[in-house]
Amino acid sequence: MDFLRNYLDKIKPHFEAGGRFSMFQSLFEGIETFLFVPNKTAQSGVHIHKSIDSKWTMSIVLVALLPCLLFGMFNTGYQHYLSIQESPGFLMTFIYGFLAVLPIIVVSYVVGLGIELAVAQWKGHEIQEGFLVTGLLIPLIVPIDTPLWMIALATAFAVIFAKEVFGGTGYNIWNVALVTRAFLFFAYPSKMSGDHVFVRTEGIWGIGKGAVADAFSGATPLGQIGQASTSISITDTLGNPVNYWDLFWGFIPGSVGETSKFCILLGAILLLITGIANWRTILSVFAGGILTILLFNAIGSTPAMQINPLEQILLGGFAFGAVFMATDPVTSPRTQTGKYIFGGAVGVFAMMVRVLNPGYPEGMMLSILFMNSFTPLIDYYVVEAHIKRRQRRSKNILFSPVHSAFGSN
Amino acid sequence: MKFITLLYDNNPLDINMDQAIKIKKGLDIHLAGKPEETTKSTIVSPYYTVFPDDFSGFVPKVMVKAGEEVAAGTPLMYDKNHPSIQVVSPVSGKVATIERGEKRKLQSIVIQAEKTNRYLFFGKKNLKSLSPETIKESLAQAGILAFIRQRPYDCIVCPEDTPRDIFVSGFFSAPLAPNVEYIIRGREADFQTGLNALAAITSGKVYLSIRPDCKMQALKNAENVQIVSFEGPHPAGNASVQISHIQPVNKDEVVWTVNPQDVLLIGCFFRLGIVDMTRLVALVGSEVNETDRAYYPMIIGAGIQNLVKCSVTECIDLRYISGNVLTGTHIGANGSLHAGDNQITVIPEGDEVNDFLGWMKPDWIVNGINRWINPSRERTEYAPDARLKGGERAMIMSNEWDRVFPMDILPEFLIRAILGGDTEKMEKLGIYEVAPEDFALCEYIDTSKMELQKIVRQGLDQLKMDNRK
Repeated sequence: MDFLRNYLDKIKPHFEAGGRFSMFQSLFEGIETFLFVPNKTAQSGVHIHKSIDSKWTMSIVLVALLPCLLFGMFNTGYQHYLSIQESPGFLMTFIYGFLAVLPIIVVSYVVGLGIELAVAQWKGHEIQEGFLVTGLLIPLIVPIDTPLWMIALATAFAVIFAKEVFGGTGYNIWNVALVTRAFLFFAYPSKMSGDHVFVRTEGIWGIGKGAVADAFSGATPLGQIGQASTSISITDTLGNPVNYWDLFWGFIPGSVGETSKFCILLGAILLLITGIANWRTILSVFAGGILTILLFNAIGSTPAMQINPLEQILLGGFAFGAVFMATDPVTSPRTQTGKYIFGGAVGVFAMMVRVLNPGYPEGMMLSILFMNSFTPLIDYYVVEAHIKRRQRRSKNILFSPVHSAFGSN
Repeated sequence: MKFITLLYDNNPLDINMDQAIKIKKGLDIHLAGKPEETTKSTIVSPYYTVFPDDFSGFVPKVMVKAGEEVAAGTPLMYDKNHPSIQVVSPVSGKVATIERGEKRKLQSIVIQAEKTNRYLFFGKKNLKSLSPETIKESLAQAGILAFIRQRPYDCIVCPEDTPRDIFVSGFFSAPLAPNVEYIIRGREADFQTGLNALAAITSGKVYLSIRPDCKMQALKNAENVQIVSFEGPHPAGNASVQISHIQPVNKDEVVWTVNPQDVLLIGCFFRLGIVDMTRLVALVGSEVNETDRAYYPMIIGAGIQNLVKCSVTECIDLRYISGNVLTGTHIGANGSLHAGDNQITVIPEGDEVNDFLGWMKPDWIVNGINRWINPSRERTEYAPDARLKGGERAMIMSNEWDRVFPMDILPEFLIRAILGGDTEKMEKLGIYEVAPEDFALCEYIDTSKMELQKIVRQGLDQLKMDNRK
């Protein structure tokens, strides 16, 4: 790879201060450090550093998201062909889904990275890798039929007002991807929930054209629960019943990346063994959610309250949120105890919104954003408790006769 | 009595000193280049350098002029805040240069050595007949008190203080650190005399920590001390970790910590009446030729040219470190052994390496997975270079540092308090218990590549200044 290194060294002066392309210095640096590990050596402090850095961390999260993304593409195609009652084979199904999802990914990255780059150049620092993950999370948590201009607008809003104004990656209070979704959710509610947004029924560039079946209804399982007035049996878009395995593998309509619990599980395993996601958060989200559902089951006065815990956690974005959103280290508490409290509360509130508010079939986004706001407060009290314990220790030792006796025992 | 004990929570006094204290959090970094347990010829150097910065908190006032003749033990400078604390010349000879940097800050004093070392004779002393004040006074006069550190602030001690306890770590756990048992072998009498002197100074106890598998009688059965054994990975050998597990430092308490090589220095001083700064130094690191990885007797301040000549890898840029890779000082090939260091480490600098898409390489993923399977240990020996391997970022990952920080302190919040300059918070979060070296492992594993030891040092200095006012 010497030729590449030589080439970079040759063009580097143009991008440095005073050079012809100095306005693109951040971009150049981003590409350079992507291609080659920077060989800057330690000037103070420890002389060796572990080879994991922020790029590595973000890349692992991207890899963890891959199964969800690939399955999400397939499922987009699968739901489409189900709606027009065709079965064109695995490849065509995937290609359709790929063509449907790709533009969202492109728009999200172009808008978000564009803003990041501009800010990095403006402030004169390196590009921060945070958006690499956010940029892929956004396509995975929106309905497939969200118009691209809305995605662009929402992404720009979230990156600027939920991240950059706070100082960039590492300083934001709310999860940026979820702020994007929340922006869409409140600004364009008709495009973010209901029966017409989670399954794309039109063809793309002539692929997958066909008449939509008469029996078709694009309601997601959670949408069906929300609308149900008596007892519920969840069905797919054509009215056939679905079983737990369909929910687990993910052959149901929903936001692009959230449907397959199997793929989420794969991602979770990778995040846990690399230590990037904290198991305490994930565990307590599920614990909080399941306990809340058990409580509702015990009351059981509405149809939504009768859904059992297993079904509830297999539905909607609960698992996806628990694994990829609640564990965001920047917006969740930084103390271990705080993580339990945060996770538990996310689980409880998500299920409460789901079950008690028929207007919002899914509560995960609101619940996580809500708890994000409380993160500093949770940390504050955990740290205060730690300080109190330390002070008690010092008082005990200072004012206790044991201390003076200790010297001679 | 029992009732009072019940009031304690996590009472450190409850520990059973006969059982080993287990340190669970931490990380043993297995670097290539361990030393053989053999002693090679003494390293002599034409010049010896004394660095005032080695004595943290020491504000130097020079007492000699260039060209002046000195003996080993002649004072070179004293501390402006505590004039009785002096730093003395390690060898006899002539003061060659007094180097000053910006704002005339004293950088170093270089001594041109004579062929044979002439020692200033302080007189042999019988410890039993001396009061604690006299012991401290004579140690200060001989320039040895400057080698002792105190908590809080991890700085030189104040001679007027009577330390609550004194802590001597009888083993090193840092990467490639020398074996204390090997260093003490043959100098058992000096070691015990040194411990006796320390025991006479403190109002409490002298705690000597050892590994449970320690075989050496001089350590395991040392007299006048409380032996505590520690199991577990680095930083089990750090004084702060040991103190926090034995009896933590609270506000307004002062404890002292002494390096085992300095215990030998103290012992030798009382037994022979001279200041002999010769110590066994391990030459280690992946870039040292295998046959040369051994122990060398050296005097503090000695130039390392004769040590590393013909014994290191050629043709690549090297980094010479006085001390270990975590806390040592970056010295060049012409550098000198700093006070308080027991090893010279040589590793590749790495500035010539071009790692294409390095952050995607599988061994980096394996690194991450390894951490999960066996958090306290990396599997294989490896030979890292000095690259940062990433850019500096904001604190993103949480609880990363907790895994290698075995004290009842929230490292991340302490660092935040220091960065915010919030002295009250720093005190509450336990800054009095820590030294910069305790954050070295955090700095090593940190994905956001922050300079934590530097931050902690700044925090300690700021606090010391505020409290003096």
